[in-house]
Amino acid sequence: MKISEIRDLLGASVLTGEGILDHEVTSACCSDMMSDVLAYVKDQGVLITGLVNPQVIRTANMMDMVCIVFARSKTPTEEMIELAKECGIAVMCTEKRAFETCGILYTAGISKCNEDKNA
Amino acid sequence: MPDTLKFHFDIDGSDFSSAGAASVMVKKKLRQLAYDPEIIRKVSIAMYEGEINMVIHANGGTADVEVSDEEIVIILSDKGPGIPNVELAMQAGYSTAHDNIRNLGFGAGMGFPNMKKYTDYLNVDTVVGEGTTITMKVKL
Ligand SMILES: Nc1ncnc2c1ncn2[C@@H]1O[C@H](COP(=O)(O)OP(=O)(O)OP(=O)(O)O)[C@@H](O)[C@H]1O
Ligand SMILES: [Mg+2]
Repeated sequence: MKISEIRDLLGASVLTGEGILDHEVTSACCSDMMSDVLAYVKDQGVLITGLVNPQVIRTANMMDMVCIVFARSKTPTEEMIELAKECGIAVMCTEKRAFETCGILYTAGISKCNEDKNA
Repeated sequence: MPDTLKFHFDIDGSDFSSAGAASVMVKKKLRQLAYDPEIIRKVSIAMYEGEINMVIHANGGTADVEVSDEEIVIILSDKGPGIPNVELAMQAGYSTAHDNIRNLGFGAGMGFPNMKKYTDYLNVDTVVGEGTTITMKVKL
């Protein structure tokens, strides 16, 4: 699925990353614990979170994730948006809660992030 | 590349909002130098875990990254409280982090296991009351 389809499905507003909306993503992960994202995420994908701090962006960058969805109208700061832009990560906000966000994307065919078993 | 490439960072322990910035910088540099994405991923995740640890557990320190033909070496050094029981600290799920750290998204006790997973060599040199130096190597 393209990142633009995620935006449409969630009625989300894109804060940065207009240029990579055509990028294909196949998997997502939902967590407010960056420790768990670092420990359990494998392939490129989408991060759904309600946590708002610069480490959300940096963690996604470390994990080569390409899109972050802030659920429940959580809004990242200008500094975070700037950081995401530098890292080439698309950032969007949706009014939907994390659970609903996950449900919509799962139903639309986004799968869970595979755990990294061979590293 | 005959010369060893070196990066040095001072990690501010008083400002959580900048925690992880050095690792982002290293990742960017390694990408510019066109290293294998898997290598970059390993180096940056391991360094990031260590960098965050220095900020949340040790009030900051220094980070040095050395890139040679054979390997990438990451050295993280702090003058924090030290680690009384390294074996215990290395166990998955062991954390001394309080709720204020968990509210920031960290403190699951997964950092050390992750650093071990993504590196070919990990050494923890620590003295209680003096500080900790962590050396990690990823083979190229
Ligand atoms: N640089 C350090 N100085 C002092 N203690 C440390 C340092 N790094 C780690 N520790 C100790 O080791 C424990 C385990 O570290 P680890 O990185 O595995 O987990 P964490 O930082 O608590 O949580 P997570 O990494 O999942 O966010 C920490 O809770 C802390 O007690
Ligand atoms: Mg840690």
